[in-house]
Amino acid sequence: MPWWLPVPAVVGGLFVVVPVAAVVGRVDWSSFGALVTSPASLTALGLSLGTAAAATGVAFVLGYPLAVLFARSTSRWVGVARALVLLPLVLPPVVGGLALLAAYGRLGVLGAFLDAHGLRIAFTTTAVVIAQTFVAMPFLVSSIEGALRVGGDRYERVAATLGAGPTRTFLTVTTPRALPGIGSGLVLCAARALGEFGATLTFAGSLQGVTRTLPLEIYLQREVDPDTAVALALVLVVVALVVIGAATVRTRGAVT
Amino acid sequence: MTTHARKWPLVVAAALSIVALVGCTEGPADGTGDGPAGTRSDGTSSTTAPTGTITVFAAASLQQTFTTLGRRYEAAHPGTTIRFSFAGSSDLVEQIRNGAPADVFASADEANMAKLARTDLAGAPEDFASNVLEIAVAPGNPHRIERLGDLTGADLQLVTCAAPVPCGAVTARVERAAGVDLHPVSEEQSVTDVLGKVASGQADAGLVYATDVEGADGAVDGVPVDESAEAVTTYPIAVLRDSGNPALARAFAASVRSDAGQRVLAAAGFGKP
Repeated sequence: MPWWLPVPAVVGGLFVVVPVAAVVGRVDWSSFGALVTSPASLTALGLSLGTAAAATGVAFVLGYPLAVLFARSTSRWVGVARALVLLPLVLPPVVGGLALLAAYGRLGVLGAFLDAHGLRIAFTTTAVVIAQTFVAMPFLVSSIEGALRVGGDRYERVAATLGAGPTRTFLTVTTPRALPGIGSGLVLCAARALGEFGATLTFAGSLQGVTRTLPLEIYLQREVDPDTAVALALVLVVVALVVIGAATVRTRGAVT
Repeated sequence: MTTHARKWPLVVAAALSIVALVGCTEGPADGTGDGPAGTRSDGTSSTTAPTGTITVFAAASLQQTFTTLGRRYEAAHPGTTIRFSFAGSSDLVEQIRNGAPADVFASADEANMAKLARTDLAGAPEDFASNVLEIAVAPGNPHRIERLGDLTGADLQLVTCAAPVPCGAVTARVERAAGVDLHPVSEEQSVTDVLGKVASGQADAGLVYATDVEGADGAVDGVPVDESAEAVTTYPIAVLRDSGNPALARAFAASVRSDAGQRVLAAAGFGKP
């Protein structure tokens, strides 16, 4: 390691730490408890945790098979498919929201069909979960795919030569070996879902207890009551730290 | 993540500004003839006309009209550059408080202007326009909405502004005046979000300003609300204390309040202050 490396590294660290520390410094501690436990705040936090958990579950069910396919398939179309599935990683969330509207909105391709059958998605909690899944699933897919690639498919081929069927191999060899990747993928996915803002606002709207998650509540409160916004921002920072902390512990455990 | 927050309004705003730009091409055109209408009614004498550059912080709802007014002012007064920053009034107040370099502030409500006056950052504000709430509906008004009371239908997807933002406060006042209890499916962050949800067909109806209906260019129809008269929004403009070019700032603020300026605002659906 060159002797000068710590200098930009420290600057890089401060670049991230200083603004977060500054937010903590602006918290009005005397009223913090009251602000954070107001009905609007608690409703938003509960909704955020619930929808993020649901979105993470959906992302796992849909994303894990994708990750396995991407890691194991040799088809040249896999590259194209991967690029498309990972698109929400680089797409501004609000564009994702517009895309979701075009698909599931009342006048959307699927939305019009669902609406005709009495099923409305826009402005419901389901819309929040869809928006969060859309933006967060790529984190899970790429995280698991990475772990599977590093692990290689040697054990699976051995299992196959010993007579295990594809399903049995998938469940008893592939999945246990992918667990660390699955763990960090779930954590990253949950963190991203928790922070989702742009796609939710565009696609799901904002109504207390239905679609107004914690990030939306922070954005709204900032308009009138910066103290509440800052207090809620701190809550989100703490939750995010816990999530990232959990991910780090898992990754460490996987390496050793 | 909040950087993406306002992209959807931006899409609408971008569309609106294209409309504004199209409108602007008329400005220089009649300016090269016998001078735009603004010059004579500005009241600024050409011998002492200030030059230089100013930055005007204006409420998002003023994007179209102020862009036009700025172009016309520049055309009528060579040597001047009027730059704009459009955003929600409370965002702009926050930016000015944090030292953003602005010369003029035009607010979409009196409360936000008062915040600056309280901290002695702005000079005496003067009202230059007013706005009232209207019901935005899909073109042709398929749900036959005629008054505020028609918005309480169980199957009607209504969208309004959230109570903490200025348009939401106005909505609440109009609701009280009409004695109606509205149950929106979503309470949006800004009036442009409400407009967007109606224009895109996501919602059946929304409460927006008359100027938003005018600026939507046919994407929505407007249904006037009688009770809106109980909650008229007034737009004040003020020169900021820290302005680097107070002479030009005052001259531009005066041009907004001039007859020519008022005509541009009236054409966009604004009422008299």
